[in-house]
Amino acid sequence: MSLQHYLVISSILFSLGIFAVLTRKNAISILMGIELILNSCNLNFVAFSRFITPAESIVGSEVFRFDGQIIAIFGIVLAAAEAAVFLAIILAIYREFGSIRPDEVDTLKG
Amino acid sequence: MEFTLKTFIFYGFALSTIASALAVVTVRNIVHAAFALMVTLFGVAGLYVFLQADFLAATQVIVYVGGILVLILFGVMMTSGRLEMRIHIERGQLLLGAGISFALLMLLLTVIANTPIWKNLTDDGTPLSPTTERIGQLILNEKFLLPFEVVSVLLLVALIGAALISRKEVRE
Repeated sequence: MSLQHYLVISSILFSLGIFAVLTRKNAISILMGIELILNSCNLNFVAFSRFITPAESIVGSEVFRFDGQIIAIFGIVLAAAEAAVFLAIILAIYREFGSIRPDEVDTLKG
Repeated sequence: MEFTLKTFIFYGFALSTIASALAVVTVRNIVHAAFALMVTLFGVAGLYVFLQADFLAATQVIVYVGGILVLILFGVMMTSGRLEMRIHIERGQLLLGAGISFALLMLLLTVIANTPIWKNLTDDGTPLSPTTERIGQLILNEKFLLPFEVVSVLLLVALIGAALISRKEVRE
């Protein structure tokens, strides 16, 4: 398993997430696409920190191995906060408009 | 690369991750899409184990599968009537989105294949060592202490904001 295996997997996940965000007509499906994108991003962080260690830091190399993992943990926290606020907004929109199709929420449109 | 049990399991995780992610973005029923997303998240957790990030894999399962996915299912149940479970897709938008994301994928794959310093970085076969203790030290008394505190404030803000946005209007 080389670094490129992980990069290929995460770029496929990223493209599928972009596809979901662009084509889906349901706000919750768009949220699922965003979760796919965040997962691919976290996978990249962990893969790079596993395989690439800066050359000048041989002494502290063990610390660098954990940098990507901790950034991925912060990414998971941000994803959780984002999902909570996203769903709260969706519930408010549903109560106001009776639908969660993003193209029907157009009150601000002139 | 010789074909061992380890590579077999790795490709199993990789294929199930990609196949279920494909199901997430193509399946018409949104509940089915949510369950496919669960398989994807488990697959990514398995890949974390292969990257020697055992604590992160457990966090992924607990937070994503146990938290975010349940939240998504609640959102589906509270906003979709029987008819809205099915996802409508317009043909022109579908083609455009497929074109853009395919072009993006090709771009990324070209970059991955042509970057010389990313080549030949393979698993050196070091055994899995526990990471939880070191991560705890780094977060709680070394260089990640400040981001940890900031993120805890952020979670509090998100919690209050979500509760405020989603509550019913109180009439004076």
